[in-house]
Amino acid sequence: MRALDKKLVRDIRRLWAQSLAIAAVLAVGVMIMVMAFGTQRSLTETRDTYYERSRMADIWSGAQRAPKSLLPEIAAIEGVARVEARISQFAILDIPGMDDPAMGQLLSVPAGGVPEMNVPVLREGRFPEMGKENEVMLALAFAEAHGFGPGDSFAITLNGQKREVVVTGVALSPEFIYTIGPGSIMPDDQRFGVMWMAEDVLAAAFNLSGAFNSITLGVTRGTDLAPVKDALENILKPYGGTGPYDREQQVSNAFIQGELDQLDVMARVVPPIFLVVSAFLVNMVLGRLITLEREQIGLLKALGYGDAEIVWHYLKLSLGIGAIGVLIGWGAGYVLSSVMANIYVEYFKFPYLVFMQRPSVYAIGAAAGLFSAMLGALLSVRRIARLSPAVAMSPPAPTRFRRGIFDRLITFFRPRQPTMMILRSIGRWPVRAALTSFGISLSAAIIVAGLFMFDSFDELIDIAFVQANRQDAILDFAIPRPESVLDDIENLPGVMVAEGALTMPARLYHEHYSRTIAVEGYREGNRLVRVFDGNERVDVKPEHGIVLAERLADHLQVRTGDMIEVEFLQVDDTRHKVIVTGTVSQFFGLSAYMDNDNLAALTGRAPQMLMANVVIDEAFEKELYQAIKDAPAISGITLLSQVRRGFDETIKESAGITLTVYTFLAALIAIGVVYNSARIQLSERARELASLRILGFTRGEVSYILLGELFILTIVAIPLGLWIGYGMAAAMIESFKSDLYALPLIVTDKTYWRAALVVAGASLASALIVRRRIDRMDLVSVMKTRE
Amino acid sequence: MASRVFHTEGITKVYRTGNVEVHALRGVDAELFMGEFTVLLGASGSGKSTLLNILGGLDSATAGKAWFRDKELTAMRERELTRYRRDHVGFVFQFYNLVPSLTARENVALVTEVAKDPMSPEEALERVGLSARIDHFPAELSGGEQQRVAIARAIAKRPEVLLCDEPTGALDSKTGVQVLEALDRINRDLGTTTVIITHNAGIRAMAHRVIQIADGGIADVVVNETRIDASEIEW
Repeated sequence: MRALDKKLVRDIRRLWAQSLAIAAVLAVGVMIMVMAFGTQRSLTETRDTYYERSRMADIWSGAQRAPKSLLPEIAAIEGVARVEARISQFAILDIPGMDDPAMGQLLSVPAGGVPEMNVPVLREGRFPEMGKENEVMLALAFAEAHGFGPGDSFAITLNGQKREVVVTGVALSPEFIYTIGPGSIMPDDQRFGVMWMAEDVLAAAFNLSGAFNSITLGVTRGTDLAPVKDALENILKPYGGTGPYDREQQVSNAFIQGELDQLDVMARVVPPIFLVVSAFLVNMVLGRLITLEREQIGLLKALGYGDAEIVWHYLKLSLGIGAIGVLIGWGAGYVLSSVMANIYVEYFKFPYLVFMQRPSVYAIGAAAGLFSAMLGALLSVRRIARLSPAVAMSPPAPTRFRRGIFDRLITFFRPRQPTMMILRSIGRWPVRAALTSFGISLSAAIIVAGLFMFDSFDELIDIAFVQANRQDAILDFAIPRPESVLDDIENLPGVMVAEGALTMPARLYHEHYSRTIAVEGYREGNRLVRVFDGNERVDVKPEHGIVLAERLADHLQVRTGDMIEVEFLQVDDTRHKVIVTGTVSQFFGLSAYMDNDNLAALTGRAPQMLMANVVIDEAFEKELYQAIKDAPAISGITLLSQVRRGFDETIKESAGITLTVYTFLAALIAIGVVYNSARIQLSERARELASLRILGFTRGEVSYILLGELFILTIVAIPLGLWIGYGMAAAMIESFKSDLYALPLIVTDKTYWRAALVVAGASLASALIVRRRIDRMDLVSVMKTRE
Repeated sequence: MASRVFHTEGITKVYRTGNVEVHALRGVDAELFMGEFTVLLGASGSGKSTLLNILGGLDSATAGKAWFRDKELTAMRERELTRYRRDHVGFVFQFYNLVPSLTARENVALVTEVAKDPMSPEEALERVGLSARIDHFPAELSGGEQQRVAIARAIAKRPEVLLCDEPTGALDSKTGVQVLEALDRINRDLGTTTVIITHNAGIRAMAHRVIQIADGGIADVVVNETRIDASEIEW
């Protein structure tokens, strides 16, 4: 080994604490990159393989009752490769040992025994057989939640007829990788499940012989979906078509895509922060090392080493640190991505995992890590070339301080000399001070960006479930009912108030923009479901016009006062001109609201209720549940209290983990920056501080001079970091926005305080570690060494 | 006879590095007197700096005892030593050790702000002849000027003793003489007990007392009947 390389190894060993602090920061960057990209790839690959093998549909549509004779016409639409008609219905379930009713989505299994598309993957048992009225196959999530297996039984109300059914098998479905019931936003496998029954059984129960109410299409690769959807819509319109949608709007797929997008954002946003900080740290530490070793550098030059050789020597040091960071990052990233992928497979119901570890992800991680270390180093090693050997070997002249404007300003306040030293040091190296402060601020930013989501969720819950929706439960009707049905609902035991709700699938047009959504009926005087503007916290009345969700208004490029056209998909082709009378902030779905009477006038139909919102008297809960389980007209129930509780629990669960992870990440940055800064300051000023000790300054007073600067920089960094964090939060909210949901941008004081305290705590801890070194400083030897 | 400021009994200092033991001091008994200008003379490695550091409360002895007046330095804890340095001792070193981010005046103020009965920074700088350079930063001063700021900083708190380790070691003869003149003037005007370490034998002629140190012990003590002026020193 060459002498210089020996020096290199010893240098890294000597600087191990600082090297490790830098390597750790760098490792986190590489780790998150490898983990997020790796998990994203595995998950994408798993999903795509699953979709491919199970022939997942490309287009879906519902209808009220469409004859099967339409199928050849649908199959003839250009680009359509596969068509499958089926029956999809909701039903109330009566599970033994469970008071509150659960809800099932029933899908038909065709005469062939196995569906052609969206093929369920059998986990246990077998598919239900034709003609067997009491056979049902369950989706895995629901079966697991109730401990059901083949042979177990429960009761189900099919179009008013309650019957006992026996489980024949358990399966997974590509359509329900993520299962949420109507009106819900989180999976609740206890109360909502997907299940399959023989087509002839369901057809008989729902009067759909020779007909279907759900259709799925597969298209040939590369087909433009829009014309296919248009054609399908036209064919189904006379039969109560609800408007076709594709995978983008398919709930399960959209949630998975949302998760993949979040991983993508994570991989792109978080690692650069860590890499930038580590580049800065390398720059700082190497810069100091070069200053300390200027005599050695001068000597090497005098001995005949070229600039390039010496520069390379110092670059190798930073590459060494970078390499350690990359290796740790690779290892941790590998472990984490396999852990994460398995968690996802468990959380989302995939039948298998295609665990992908792309070498390219590791290569990119390594390149980014080494590049950051090099970048940091390059900025410092430039000085080596500028050192002439003669100058380098004599001790450096005292640092030049000059009286600038900043200096006049601080002298004006006549601080005591130790404070003056702190302020002059900041003024003398403003760039370094600014970068240090910026580095620390990123630590605060990362906490705000990592934790604000929970504030947003709190706000969302408050608005969506407390302010806008005040009902205890939503009851779904199997078929549309006239308003008079509400009297029957109010007569159910325990129902205190019942209000009807109807939705009509419609397409809205404005200029060349259009959007298919559900128009919700509004009735003056209804109290349970409000058309509520969360921003302004006021109720909005549609009056004679239409109120749009803000994101919907954005899509259509309209504002209050503009005219749009509305076409009711289940009625006819007529486009009605309607004025936009207001917009409301809305977090789930894209809705529009019109007055019930106005809707009836436009469509020429009396208002028909599809749902009832009810307030329940808890004392009669059991009786009500029993009544609902036996009520023929009710096909589904969503208990909002359960939805809220489920949401709260899920959030609390992940909040703890998230808090820990982000606190750790932020502390790592803060410690990396503060510890290294303090060490470097100590090294630069050891002599100065020792002479103060000799002059009779106490350890505390001397520590104040050294750590006071970092204290000031931290104080400046915290508000800066909170501000950066807010900006990152805003960008994240914007990037997560989809048709399915949007989050309100809320950062509470609690989150800000948390970020501030973590950063302050981590800074203080690293300062105290360095303080111990000040205390142990050997005055005599420090004074004897020449700079 | 003047009263004793310092006296030591059998001061021994052993440095251990690995298996090697270096005896810097081997049982030194020394006395230093109030108001005197004392020169510690000796070759490098003779132990003179170690003795000065122990007297100044910067270093501890391996064995033996040292007193400042009637206080036993060798029995003091770290906190008491800091207090002692702060209240009683002024130090001047070969490499000045000024704070580069503070001007001449502010370097002196560093001490006057924490001292009990200090002179003003202006007066201290006046005494070393630097009134004209009072608002300059160390980088803007020559070596001799920097050393005189260091002396001003050391005497501004009116210490009983001024300990100087090779104060002229890094200076040429002309600036060295200026520094010695400043030290001599302070000794005369304020009566500060002054101890100077040097290996420059020429300086001995300006001292009241010259202590010759060799091999960790006192080889000789000479009391000068007559003293010469700093300007007459042959460098």
